[in-house]
Amino acid sequence: MEVPILKQGAVLIATFQAALSDADLNQLRMGLVQQVVKFRSRAVIVDVTAMDVMDSFASRTLREIALMIRLRGAETVIVGIQPEVAFAMVQLGLTLEGVATALDLEEGLAYLNEKFKTTN
Amino acid sequence: MAKRDGTSLSPEPKQAEEPSELLRELVAHLRQNRTQLREEWVVRITETRLLTAMTKEEIFAEATSVYDSYVEALETEAFEALQAYARNLSERIIPRGVETHEVVGIVLLLRDVLARSLFAKYQNDFKKLNRILDAYEPAANRIANTVAVGFVQERERVIRQQQEAIRELSTPVLQVRERLLILPIIGVIDPQRARQLTEQLLRGIRTNRAKVVVIDITGVAAMDVTVANHLVQTVEASRLLGATVIVTGLSPEIAQTLVTIGVDLGKMNTVGDLQGGIEQAERLLGYKVESLAEPR
Repeated sequence: MEVPILKQGAVLIATFQAALSDADLNQLRMGLVQQVVKFRSRAVIVDVTAMDVMDSFASRTLREIALMIRLRGAETVIVGIQPEVAFAMVQLGLTLEGVATALDLEEGLAYLNEKFKTTN
Repeated sequence: MAKRDGTSLSPEPKQAEEPSELLRELVAHLRQNRTQLREEWVVRITETRLLTAMTKEEIFAEATSVYDSYVEALETEAFEALQAYARNLSERIIPRGVETHEVVGIVLLLRDVLARSLFAKYQNDFKKLNRILDAYEPAANRIANTVAVGFVQERERVIRQQQEAIRELSTPVLQVRERLLILPIIGVIDPQRARQLTEQLLRGIRTNRAKVVVIDITGVAAMDVTVANHLVQTVEASRLLGATVIVTGLSPEIAQTLVTIGVDLGKMNTVGDLQGGIEQAERLLGYKVESLAEPR
């Protein structure tokens, strides 16, 4: 399954689809990091608005993506987690610790703006 | 056939009446003697000190409609209609403070009053009395059952409604500034209420695009470990939606509980009281509060 990745200046925006298989997630993990390298991006926004379930594998993969991207000196923000999904995740102990989160794309970009301002 | 004047005659061999015929005969008797039987019943009700919450006139009025419904149920065997009637009656009398044992009591009294009148009527024909009772008893028992169940169902419905109302009242999610929500919690939190709180809060964060939430638990005396865990989960789930949670008003007991269960207090942002919490929230959101003039 192709996940659309858009470039917005120094930020990459990846919009995850509803039903991503484990294989899709594995591909994405590698693919996103390669894109960050290729475009010398400073940040990646992963939009999971369309995901109505988030299992432990997906959650772990998201965390790994964020850590790998951080090793490239870039920031990751996960946006669009649905209330029901958030609830289910914390009950399973999947807290995405250490990964920045925001309500939606707009908030994610605002967060990054702030961050870049203060670090420049 | 036994003659009406009471002289006994060996009954001629005949077909036993159909149960439905017996029922009709029974119903006719109950209707004919309605006034007298109802009066007798009301006297018994007063003697046994039931329905003390109601006046004599009210008892009489309700007794009339119950009597008629009772006889009609015997006649038509329409127990759904009776159950609807019972719920309706309950809706009227529950607010008057009438208890379950009173409702069951008066229905059983009516059953007895009617049974006695049947004994009196058919005392000279034991076999017929038996057949009449065979028709009457199952129906009468079913009526008593139906009315009692209808009453209890109505009570349960009222209780559920009140519980729901209390829950709605007690978990408001309030927006006090742009992007700032306050969730003041008062009273007892059980796991179900805790769950409801979380769902309401997460929806509220999404709807109001909140970036900071202050959960004030000054009004909560104690929390068991399950609920404390739930609070921690609420904080974590809110973060996944991009909101920061500040918890205020922890009592010493709750502070003890949180430390005991080993909550990572680094994850929980807490401030002493609600005022402090709001002030910190405003700082986080970039607000500054300044007084404009000297107070008069």
